[in-house]
Amino acid sequence: MSTEKLLARLSVMLGELLGDDSLQLTMDTIRSEVDGWDSFNYINFIVAVEMEYGVKFSIAEVEAFSNVGEIVTALQTLIDSK
Amino acid sequence: MQPRKLCANFSATKEQAALKSSPDSLDFSTRLKALRQCDDPQEAAAELRRLAHLDLEYLQVIQLARAFDDAVTALPLVRLAIVSSCTVDHLTAGIRVAGLRHDLDIRLWCGQFGQYRQEVLGPSEALKSFAPDFVLFSMHADHLCAGIPVDIGAAQAGQRIDQRVGELAAVWQAARREFGAAVIAQTCLNTSEPLFGNYDRMVSGSPYRLAQLLNDALTDQARKDGVGLLDVARQCARDGLAAWYDHARWLQAKMNISPTASLGFGELLSRHIGAARGTARKCLVLDLDNTLWGGVIGDDGVEGICIGEGSAAGEAFLGLQRYAKSLQQRGIILAVCSKNEDANARAPFSEHPDMHLSLDDFAVFVANWNDKAANLEDIAERLNLGLDSFVFVDDNPAERARVRESLPMVAVPELPLDPAGYVACLANQGYFEAVAFTADDQARSAQYAANAQRGLLAQSLTSHDDYLRSLDMRLRYGAITPVDLVRSTQLIGKTNQFNTTTIRYSAEQISAFIEDKTTMTLQCRLADRFGDNGLVSAMILTRDNRDKKTFVIAIWVMSCRVFGRQLEQEMMNIAVKQARDRGVRFLVGLYSPTAKNAVIRSLYSDFGFELEPASTDSSDGQQRWRMRLDDYRPISTHIAHEE
Repeated sequence: MSTEKLLARLSVMLGELLGDDSLQLTMDTIRSEVDGWDSFNYINFIVAVEMEYGVKFSIAEVEAFSNVGEIVTALQTLIDSK
Repeated sequence: MQPRKLCANFSATKEQAALKSSPDSLDFSTRLKALRQCDDPQEAAAELRRLAHLDLEYLQVIQLARAFDDAVTALPLVRLAIVSSCTVDHLTAGIRVAGLRHDLDIRLWCGQFGQYRQEVLGPSEALKSFAPDFVLFSMHADHLCAGIPVDIGAAQAGQRIDQRVGELAAVWQAARREFGAAVIAQTCLNTSEPLFGNYDRMVSGSPYRLAQLLNDALTDQARKDGVGLLDVARQCARDGLAAWYDHARWLQAKMNISPTASLGFGELLSRHIGAARGTARKCLVLDLDNTLWGGVIGDDGVEGICIGEGSAAGEAFLGLQRYAKSLQQRGIILAVCSKNEDANARAPFSEHPDMHLSLDDFAVFVANWNDKAANLEDIAERLNLGLDSFVFVDDNPAERARVRESLPMVAVPELPLDPAGYVACLANQGYFEAVAFTADDQARSAQYAANAQRGLLAQSLTSHDDYLRSLDMRLRYGAITPVDLVRSTQLIGKTNQFNTTTIRYSAEQISAFIEDKTTMTLQCRLADRFGDNGLVSAMILTRDNRDKKTFVIAIWVMSCRVFGRQLEQEMMNIAVKQARDRGVRFLVGLYSPTAKNAVIRSLYSDFGFELEPASTDSSDGQQRWRMRLDDYRPISTHIAHEE
C-alpha cells in the first residue's frame, strides 16, 4: 500500500476519532499540532490503526513515534511483512 | 495480533438483520450527519438506538458516543461512577453505546488510576456533586493480591484474601453511605501467566490460584453486602483472555480492560443496570414447529417430528426445551404462540414420550392461524404483562420480521439456521438478567399456572363478585422485616404498572426505612384456593416533615398477578387503621405518572383522596393526593385476614 494511501486513510481515521471531518495529516505532522490529540487519544488512535490493519506495533515504537511519518513507515513495514 | 472485531458474542443480531433487509439503509457516517440535524428527541433516540445495534467498529463506537453526547434524547438517565485501581476512562464510549441498546442514557464519572480509596473516603467533591446512582468498583487482581508470597499455606492464603476483600468492602460500604448509591463489584480478570503450569491450581499462593480465591471472596462479600456483581471474569473465560486483556495497553496506559472490550464491558454493565431498574425480560414466548421440535406437526404427525435423544437434531431441539424449562424454574414465564390447529399443537406434549416440556409448563398456550403479533398482544393481556417484557423465539424469519415491525418492544433474537445454535443465541443476548433469586421466583410458574385456572373459574362464574368470593382469599400482612427485604426490594425494583412513584429504592434504603421509627412499612402476602401468591404488595409511608399528623405514601407497589382482587382496598383499610392507631390524621398519596403506570391513574381519587394544587417545587409532574382519615370508611372485600 502506498504512503499516500496510508496517510489519507489515517487522516480520515484520526478525523473520526477527534470529530474533525477536514483533518489532513502530513508525514511531518506532530501530535501537539492537532487539537485534541492528547495521550489518551494517541492510544485510542494506535488501537484503531492496529485493528484496521490487523497489525501490532511494539511498545517501544509507540513510545518513540515523533511524527506521523514514522507511524506510516512502521505501519508499512508491518503490512509488508504480514 | 489484535482482534479485528469487537466482542463478537455481543453482536446484536436483532436490529442488524432488520437493517440489512432495509433497502435504503445509508452508511454509518451519513446517518451520523443526519442525526445532527434531528431535533425530535424521540426520533433521535430511536436512530441512535438503531445505530448502537449495528456491528460497530472501534472508531464507530467513539463517534456514536460523541453523537449521543451532542443529542437530546429524553432517555432515562443513569449516573454511574467508576472507581478503580486502573485506568478506566477508555471504557466510557463503549458503556454509553451499550447503554443505548438498553434505552439508557448512562452518564459517567471516571475515577483516576488507582485513586478509588481517596475518591470515596475523601470523599472527592467532584464525585459527591456528580451524585452517582451506581458506583462500580473495577479492580485488577494484582492490586488486591500484591505481596502475598507464593509459598503461603492454604489457610493463610484464604485469610489474606479475605482481609484484602474486607478492606475493599469497607470502601464500597462507605460509597453507599456517602453517596446513597447502589454498589457494583466487578470480578477481576485472571491475567496471570502460568508459574507452575498445570500445577498452578494446586498451589494456594500461585498468582492464578490467588485470583480465583479473590473472585470467590469478592462474590461472597458482595452477596453478604447486597452489592451487585459484574462478572467480567466469567465473560472473559468464555471469550478468551485476548478479547479482554492486552498487556501492551496495561504497560502503555494501565488499562486492565482492553479498549477493544469496552463495548462488551458496557453491555454486561447495561444488562445489570437494566435488571436493577426492572427492565429485564420476564416472559419467553416460543414457536413450536422447527423451534421446539423438528418438522411440522400438522404434516408429519406426532410420530414424524424430530425430538429427543438418539439423533443430533432431536437432541438440539431437546436442548432448547431443557433451557426453557430451566428458565421457567428460575421464574421466567413460558408461553406458546404457534400457527397450528390447537389439537395438533398440543398432541406432542401429551403423546410424544421424548418431550421435555409439558403443557403445564406454559402459562398461556395459543395455537391458531391468526397473525402472531396479534396473538402476542393477546398473550400479554392474558398474563397482565407488558410486551416489552417479552422475548419471542421463532425459527421463521418472516414471522420474526413481522413481529419486529409491528411490535418493536418485543425482543426477537435472530435464531441461526442450525438448531444446534438455538440455546446459545437465546442465552447470550442477556434478556433475562437477574439481580436476585428469591423463593418467589421459584414459585412463580406455579402461581401463573394457578392464575390461568383462576381465569377459567372466572369465566364459569357469572359475576366478578361471585368469582372473588369463590377464591377464598387469605391475607397475611405486617411491617417489612429483614426477611422480607430481598423480595420487597425486588418487587419495588421490577414493578412498573402498579407503582405509584417508580422510585427504585435499594435494599439499603429500605433497611433504613425499617429502622426509622417515624416510618411505617406494610407488606402483604395473598393466598387463595389455588395457591400462595407470596409477597405481592409493599407500601412505605414516611412522616411529613412539616406536619407530624400527616403521613406520605412514598411508594406503593403491587404485583400485576393480583390486580382486580380487591387487594388495594384491603391494604388501604389496613394502612388507614394503622395510621389512625399512631394518631395520624392525614394521608398523602404521591403519584408520578409514567408510560406504564396509567392503570393506577385514579387509585387515590377512587379512595376519596383529593388532588392538591401543584406546588412550585414539583416540576417533575408528581401529583400529591390528600385524604383526611376521619373521612375514610373501610371498604368491604372478600379477603380474610390470616395469622
